[in-house]
Amino acid sequence: MSSVEQKQPLSDGPDWSFELLGQYQAEIERVAKLYKLDTYPNQIEVITAEQMMDAYSSVGMPIGYNHWSYGKKFIQTEQNYKRGFMGLAYEIVINSNPCIAYLMEENTMTMQALVMAHACYGHNSFFKNNYLFRTWTDASSIIDYLVFAKQYLSHCEEKYGISEVEDMLDSCHALMNYGVDRYKRPQKISMDEEQKRQKDREAYLQSQVNQLWKTIPNKGDLSAEHEYRFPSEPQENILYFIEKNAPLLKPWQREVVRIVRKISQYFYPQKQTQVMNEGWATFWHYTILQHLYQENLVTDKFILEVLHNHTNVVFQPEYHSKYYSGINPYALGYAMFTDLRRICEHPTEEDKEWFPDIAGSDWLETLHFAMQNFKDESFISQYLSPKIIRDFHLFAITDDDKESTLEVAAIHNAEGYQQIRQTLSAQYNLSNIEPNIQVYSADITGDRSLTLRFIPNKRIPLADNFQQVLKHVHRLWGFNVQLEQLNEDGSVKLLGSCPL
Amino acid sequence: MAHFIDRRLNGKNKSAVNRQRFIRRYKQQIKQAVSDAISKRSVTDINNGEKVSIPGKDITEPFFHQGQGGHRERVHPGNDQFSPGDKIKRPQGGQGGGSGQGDASADGEGEDEFVFSISKDEYLDLLFEDLELPNLKKNQLDKLVQYKNVRAGFRSEGVPTNIDIVRSLQGSLARRVAMTAGKKRELHELEAKLALVEAEPVPDQHQLMALREQIELLEKRISAVPFIDSFDLRFRNFQKRPEPTSKAVMFCLMDVSGSMDQPTKDMAKRFYILLYMFLSRSYKNVEVVYIRHHTQAKEVDEQEFFYSQETGGTIVSSALKMMADIVKDRYNPAEWNIYAAQASDGDNWADDSPQCADLLAQQILPFVRYYAYIEITPRPHQSLWLEYEKLQQSFDNFAIQPIRQVADIYPVFRELFKKQAA
Repeated sequence: MSSVEQKQPLSDGPDWSFELLGQYQAEIERVAKLYKLDTYPNQIEVITAEQMMDAYSSVGMPIGYNHWSYGKKFIQTEQNYKRGFMGLAYEIVINSNPCIAYLMEENTMTMQALVMAHACYGHNSFFKNNYLFRTWTDASSIIDYLVFAKQYLSHCEEKYGISEVEDMLDSCHALMNYGVDRYKRPQKISMDEEQKRQKDREAYLQSQVNQLWKTIPNKGDLSAEHEYRFPSEPQENILYFIEKNAPLLKPWQREVVRIVRKISQYFYPQKQTQVMNEGWATFWHYTILQHLYQENLVTDKFILEVLHNHTNVVFQPEYHSKYYSGINPYALGYAMFTDLRRICEHPTEEDKEWFPDIAGSDWLETLHFAMQNFKDESFISQYLSPKIIRDFHLFAITDDDKESTLEVAAIHNAEGYQQIRQTLSAQYNLSNIEPNIQVYSADITGDRSLTLRFIPNKRIPLADNFQQVLKHVHRLWGFNVQLEQLNEDGSVKLLGSCPL
Repeated sequence: MAHFIDRRLNGKNKSAVNRQRFIRRYKQQIKQAVSDAISKRSVTDINNGEKVSIPGKDITEPFFHQGQGGHRERVHPGNDQFSPGDKIKRPQGGQGGGSGQGDASADGEGEDEFVFSISKDEYLDLLFEDLELPNLKKNQLDKLVQYKNVRAGFRSEGVPTNIDIVRSLQGSLARRVAMTAGKKRELHELEAKLALVEAEPVPDQHQLMALREQIELLEKRISAVPFIDSFDLRFRNFQKRPEPTSKAVMFCLMDVSGSMDQPTKDMAKRFYILLYMFLSRSYKNVEVVYIRHHTQAKEVDEQEFFYSQETGGTIVSSALKMMADIVKDRYNPAEWNIYAAQASDGDNWADDSPQCADLLAQQILPFVRYYAYIEITPRPHQSLWLEYEKLQQSFDNFAIQPIRQVADIYPVFRELFKKQAA
């Protein structure tokens, strides 16, 4: 039966139909299985361009709570799209179980097939198997949780007014990047539990907070106990600290903080695996569709259209191009996975020296291992090969504000490979990108002021809009908030405070 | 394992709420932009929304991020000329070398102003928010009644033109089924019996005869049930429902004498546009009557009204007389909501002004919903204004406002139509 099918190429459109989508999907799934791609079940939804813009503006959450900033994003996207400044992505895929992928109705049949291979098998298998996603997100409950969040927030809006809720969300969004646990593993979240526990939590939390402030001992005792500091260790998860300890928040407000925090945590792995995730998906849409082509299941016309789009996706403008805006994660990721396969299948002497453990090994196993156990930072420092560095003509620039010129630190030669690898890897390290700000102390016995401490990385200062953010922190905390900077020499400088 | 869902039909405006939230939040800024824009629009351009721009800094969402400076190392692709140790001048504008790390403002251009379009409805909502048509309380049903025929179900008697064929045939079918079902059943039984008897080797002729007779009788009775009966007929029923009239007419009166120059006329025009848009939000059909005058009044079309130049003196009462006549001829105040706006630079023959006041008081103000007079002049008030001022005390549907420059138009308009305290 299958031999008959293989001789008959699938229709190459350009118009697609649901029947045709099904046929392609079945073939793609068959090939994906050959390559041991392990995925969540797929839920493929066909949507219009306008719905795509909706999905865009809610940062890819299929069910988002209402907030003006999403309206702003929608208006921006709509404007750019209408004026032709940007095209829409061909797909959006959501890390959920079943894995939801959106296909745009405007796509040709070829594009739909490409998108299915890319999203429904590439991204999907990444979501299911990469250690970050496995540890930090629970794909089966995210949709339920978003539904819960939306309902809870609209319930709050009815009860306390739209403006009240909006204020809370504004402040929480300002601190969204500081609502994640970077080291502690989060608990899994589920809708049923969430709802059951939410009421208890409300009461419990409030009692905790009240207790905290009730136990203020008299001053004399305290000075004897020298330098008691709360929290005893600096806290990186500012939103969590606020949720648990802010003295004046009402129970529903704590829940709002928690919702924003949870959603931030859900997106945290995506931020750290851009190169890998896109590279993996791009590698697989290319490999799967090529496989179909080799089986004569798709036409020449089909594969040409695929290649045309594929080339666009992995295009890397050079540093002096006007289109240059950093390294294209699709290009780098795709190149690295392709190169990994090459190292396994046709290793050179150089590869044997650099990658003795994988040169000549089974490529499929090696790729799966790489996909499962790394994030961008470690993936690059582990697998960026000299060949990629040469192919991309990578070079490292040192920019020190104490010097009057920039310096080329390394280029794509034997002396430079290691350094470029390290520098590029560090470039994807979130802790180098996001300013390191932690809760340093809360003066629970005195004026209840909160102190945040900023520790600069390589003297890179904080952008000067921090005063705005402090206002939001102040709104959440309810008492004075200070931000200080710990310099390299150990001195501490007060950056700002709110109220001034 | 995959299944496909066609979502194209549902949830189209998922972001509509968020969009509303956004507009609600930035209402002040948007309103400002809208009222700035009103002075730039042309009279015919009332079917479009408006482009609104808000200063970008007002709508940023702040978050902690890295600023410029410090020690950075970046990797870039496409090395074509550098060797290790090369010194490069720090580029201006962030290309190439280590500029900030994808900051919100790093890409500079286009972020200063947040420009977007609002729809026509949103535009008008903002434009006319808190405004209302004055004196609507007088629109009592008994005064402005018009009747409209509306469908009101079905009835069993009526005139033939109103027969509802589908309903009638439904009735006919139902009746026929009801009246023949029993007989048909009997008929089938008899026919079966007859077949049995006929199948016998020696049929009993008596029985045959009796059966045939019965069958014939039944068939006759079945066919006697009429296909359609007057009992089946259903007629569409209509009721007269009183409806408040939704017809409005707007009189635009303008002085086109020599003293009215083009900028002054433009200001008047803007005012008329606003009024027209405002009225068309409340009434389905708004007719506009343009009357221009110098020493004589003339009813003209829009083009001529706004753009043809005339010279000569000014007799305002001629226009008022004309308006009163037109109302008498064509716009019965019982059916029409009449609004009027008069624009002038205030010049008038001194003798004519009292006459104008009389005309207004006797012949016009009793019939119109609202009469607005705007005086477009940078000079002190003229005689007409002084006369009108006296009138204002005795009529609450009469308002006068001075306009000095273009920017005054919208505020004055708002002043004229602002919601009156209950």
